[in-house]
Amino acid sequence: MIYAVIVIALVLLFLWFLYNGLITAKLRVNEALSQIDVQLKRRADLIPNLIETVKGYAKHEKDLFEKVTQERSALVSAKGMAEKSEANNQLSQTLKSIFAVAEAYPDLKASQNFMELQTELSDTENKIAYSRQFYNSSVLDYNTKIKVFPNVFLAQLLNFKDAEFFGADAKDKEKVEVKF
Amino acid sequence: MKVYSEVSSNKLKTWLIMILFVVFITTIVYVFSQALGGGLSLVGFALIFSGIISFGSYYWSDKMVLSMSGAKEIKKEDNRELYNTVENLCIAGGVPTPKIYIMNDDSPNAFATGRDPKHAVVAVTTGLLNSLSKTELEGVISHELSHVRNFDTRLMAVVAILVGFIAVISDMFMRTLWFGGSRDNNRNSSAQGIFMLIGIIFAILSPIAAVLIQLAVSRKREFLADASAALLTRYPEGLASALEKIASYPRPVKHATNATAHLYISNPFKGKDKKSFFAGLFDTHPPMQERIKILRSM
Repeated sequence: MIYAVIVIALVLLFLWFLYNGLITAKLRVNEALSQIDVQLKRRADLIPNLIETVKGYAKHEKDLFEKVTQERSALVSAKGMAEKSEANNQLSQTLKSIFAVAEAYPDLKASQNFMELQTELSDTENKIAYSRQFYNSSVLDYNTKIKVFPNVFLAQLLNFKDAEFFGADAKDKEKVEVKF
Repeated sequence: MKVYSEVSSNKLKTWLIMILFVVFITTIVYVFSQALGGGLSLVGFALIFSGIISFGSYYWSDKMVLSMSGAKEIKKEDNRELYNTVENLCIAGGVPTPKIYIMNDDSPNAFATGRDPKHAVVAVTTGLLNSLSKTELEGVISHELSHVRNFDTRLMAVVAILVGFIAVISDMFMRTLWFGGSRDNNRNSSAQGIFMLIGIIFAILSPIAAVLIQLAVSRKREFLADASAALLTRYPEGLASALEKIASYPRPVKHATNATAHLYISNPFKGKDKKSFFAGLFDTHPPMQERIKILRSM
C-alpha cells in the first residue's frame, strides 16, 4: 500500500516537472516571437519616414514607393510565422533597391536625414537577424522537448504543436556569383 | 539544460558563501571575546554586523565592484557601436540589455557583474575598444553575457566582496604578525599571545578564503562562458583572436585588486605585479593558450 502511494506520488511529481518544462519552453518561444515583432514593427515605423525623405529628392521613382508601401502594409498585417518572414524578406529586397536607387541622387545620399534612416534601418535589420536567431533556437529547444521520449506522450495528450521556424531569406541563401 | 542547472547551482553557492561569511566572522569574534574574557554582546554585534555586510554584498556588490574598478556608465549616444553590439547580442541571447560601463585603461580587458540579468552590468576598458575588431568585440561581449545568463555574476560579485573582505583583513594581520611583532618586546605576554592567536587564525583563514574563491570560480566556468559565447556568435574565432590580443598586451589593469581579479575575462595582473604573496593563490583563470586552443577546435 505504502509503496503504491510512493510510486503514484513520484509519477505525479515527474509529470508536474515535465509539464512545467514544456510550458516554460513554449512561453520562451512566444517571448522570442514577440521580440521579433518588436523589431519588425520598428522597421515598419521607419519606412514612411524613409519614403518621405526619398520623395523629396527622387520624385519619379513612384513605382518603388508604391511597392514599398504595399509591402510595408503586408508586413504589418501578416499573421503567422511563414507569412511574416515572407513579407519581411520581400521588404528587405525592395529596401535594397531603394538604397541602390539613392546612389543616383547625390543630394539625397548626402542628406543627414537619409543617412540617419539608413543606419537605423540597417541596425534594425541586424536586430531582426539576431532576434530570429534567438527565436529559432527557442523553437528548436521546444520542438525537441515535445518530441523526445517520454515527453512525447504528455505533449501529444495535451496537444502541444510544433512551433514554426522563422525562415531566412531564400535569396540570401543562394550562392553569390562573382562575375568579372 | 546545462545552463539552467548551472544557474541553480550558482544561486545555491551564493547563499552558502553568504552564510559561511556570517559563521566565519561570528566564530572569530567568539574566539576573540573568549580569549579576552569579554561578554557575548560582542558576538551578537558581530552577528548583526556580518549579517548586514552579507546581505549588503548581495544587493550592492555590483556597485562596490564598479567603484573599485573606476568604470563610468555610458549612454547609447556616447558610443553607438558598442551599445548596438551589446544590444544585438542580448537580443540573440534573450537577455535584457545590461548597463554598459567603460573603464579608462589602455590594458584590454572586460568584466560583468550584477545580481541577476535584470541588474547586470558589462564593463570594458578603452584599450579593449581600441584594439579589437567588431567580431572580436562581439566575442568578448558574448562571453560576458554568458556569465550574466548563468548567474556567475551574482556569485562572483558576492565572492569578491565577502571573501575579499576576509582576504584583506588576513593580509593586514599577517603583516603585523611578521613585521610588527618583534619590535615591542615590552608588552605584557597575554596581550601578545592574543595578538598571535588572531594572527594565526587569519593566517589559516587566508588560504581557505583563496580556496573558496577557486571553488566558486572554477576553470570550468570560464570554459563554459567561452563555449556559450561561441554558440551565441556562431563564430568562435572572434573570441579566440580577441583573447590572443588581450593576452599579448603586456601591462596590467590599473584598478584591479585581489578581490576583483576573478571577475575579468583574463587575469588583469598579467602574471606579474602581484600585490602580495597570497595573490598566487588567487590565480583563478585557466591558461589563455588552452582557452584559445579549445575555441579554435570548435
